[in-house]
Amino acid sequence: MSDGDRALPATSALADPTRSSLRTRRVGLRHAVEERLWRGGGRVASWIPIAGLSLVLVVLFVKAWPAIRLNGLGYFSGSQWLPGNTYAPAVRTHGVLHPLGASYGAWPLVWGTIETSVIAVVIAVPLSIGTALALTERLPRWLAQPLGFLVEILAGIPSVIIGLWGVLVLGPFLSHHVYPYVANNLPDVWGLRYFKGSVGYGEGLLTSGLVLALMIVPIIAATTRDLFLQVPALPKEGAEALGMTDAEVTRRVTIPWVRSGIIGATVLGLGRALGETMAVAMVSGSVLGQVAPNIYATMTTIAATIVSQLDSAATDATGFAISNLAESGLILAAMSIVVNVAARAIVRRSSRLAAPVGRA
Amino acid sequence: MSIVTQSYPKTNLRRARSVFYRGFSLLALALVAGPAIWLVAGVVVEAVPHWQWSVLTTLSQGTSGGLENALLGTLVLMAGVLVLAGGVGVLTGIYLSELVRPRRNGAPGGGVLRIAVDVLSGFPSIVLGYVGYVALCVGLHWGYSLLAALIILSLMVVPYIAKSTESALRQVPTNYREGAEALGMPVGYALRRVVIKSALPGIVTGLLIALAVAGGETAPLLYTAGASNNLPTFAFLHQPISYLTYYVWTDYNQPTPQAHYVSYDAALILIVLVLLLLVSARLIVARTQRHAESTR
Repeated sequence: MSDGDRALPATSALADPTRSSLRTRRVGLRHAVEERLWRGGGRVASWIPIAGLSLVLVVLFVKAWPAIRLNGLGYFSGSQWLPGNTYAPAVRTHGVLHPLGASYGAWPLVWGTIETSVIAVVIAVPLSIGTALALTERLPRWLAQPLGFLVEILAGIPSVIIGLWGVLVLGPFLSHHVYPYVANNLPDVWGLRYFKGSVGYGEGLLTSGLVLALMIVPIIAATTRDLFLQVPALPKEGAEALGMTDAEVTRRVTIPWVRSGIIGATVLGLGRALGETMAVAMVSGSVLGQVAPNIYATMTTIAATIVSQLDSAATDATGFAISNLAESGLILAAMSIVVNVAARAIVRRSSRLAAPVGRA
Repeated sequence: MSIVTQSYPKTNLRRARSVFYRGFSLLALALVAGPAIWLVAGVVVEAVPHWQWSVLTTLSQGTSGGLENALLGTLVLMAGVLVLAGGVGVLTGIYLSELVRPRRNGAPGGGVLRIAVDVLSGFPSIVLGYVGYVALCVGLHWGYSLLAALIILSLMVVPYIAKSTESALRQVPTNYREGAEALGMPVGYALRRVVIKSALPGIVTGLLIALAVAGGETAPLLYTAGASNNLPTFAFLHQPISYLTYYVWTDYNQPTPQAHYVSYDAALILIVLVLLLLVSARLIVARTQRHAESTR
């Protein structure tokens, strides 16, 4: 059905005045009104996301503008987070009112956001691919279905509950039973020094990365599973008939067939990890102004900083603290938009390549 | 096998790789399923020994008391999201799937609208919460309020509902639309009685999962809904409203054991709520799939 057909006034036959009685004309009118309602309602509704998004970005930028003007590029390299003296009279620098001694740098936040997300993705991708393979190729249906549902449940668990478990159960467990073992037994060479040193109390960079990995695994695994199910049987059977083992079929046929889809899902997972707030705020330690010296140390991310600092920032009467949070939010929003647009481009390319026949 | 070994010396390596691949995939599944079970069981084990049904019928006193207000608040928020985000999201999905004009090369149209939906679906929830706070609660003087929370929460789940609606509609066979048109059905009537009706289970499933997401959200609510130890009042403005995730977040690091109980109780209620929604979504999918197979 082409669009030209659909765009015709569909009621024309019914509403033809030369042939229809008053009753059919009224029915035709009702149908025309209904169609107009669907179209109008749909058009209005589908503009709401873009309007909302634009408003959000505008508000963010307007709020961030004083901070952007005063901080300049130093915001990206500085690592202090000093609200200044809010009891002393406010001072004006470059036309921006701010408390005496206020100084903000977002480098630890930005770097912490990147670090936790990269750890999460590095752990989550192999786990997700393995999980998807086990669910589609290895396990019998009666076992794969409930386990698949378990993964879906994991996707639906509120992040604040994952954070609760992470900070009260997982973190202490790891810092008692796993981290010391790793930290004490690794050789003291250049690349591995990051994994040595004090292991802390289970709140920190590695725990955050692990918790984030657990949160993005369902996203990547569910997409990968659906992609694997779309791989047609013939190429796989052909490869097997040529004498490939199942590992070789997976590595040389199944995964390459849907590779860009997996990459797209991974990038989507990365986007989720960048913006995740509650779980990270609970397990990262939320320590401001510090880049983690080793992988166990406490740190913070942009999202965790906004959620934990907005309360106190609101007490800054000059609004400069709020403005700095807006600037870091703007950075986070930019990161998330870039990542999402990239994922979208990759997925779109994959859906052209990976679905050769049979999908209308 | 010995012949193969002679002519292909790599056989042992290949066999080892095969064993490794099988072991790895099962290990990966165990490493995902294990923590998932550990997580749910951990909350249940902490919450159940101290569980009292009176939690559901008494008001909170902050770090102690019940969770009646929070449970009702979460339900009110979910109902509001169902109306607001459900309406906007489903209409957006219908528009993008059925009504928007496709592009010349046959690709689906609505480019910029679709990009906005995609970007919004991955947008950091705390940034939405921040904007809700500075623009709605402070800027428009709404204060912590139901309406601000609903708008921000809806903005968050609308993309999800739109996408699930669109994919449910895409699974309706083109034959149905052509058949409806061949019968001379008006566009709106065919859309309502044929296309949307066939896609309804998929649309409802998407709504249920979106509700589960909305009920479990914390970050966008903390600075828009505020906090309250009273029952929700249904006033849209100037009245803070409580919700379950708030008590998980504020009470977990309080020193008293009562606060921990409140935190775990709220977590348990949330898990039960989410499970109910996900299981019913699952049942709808299973039922319609069985139906689809029997008609084939």
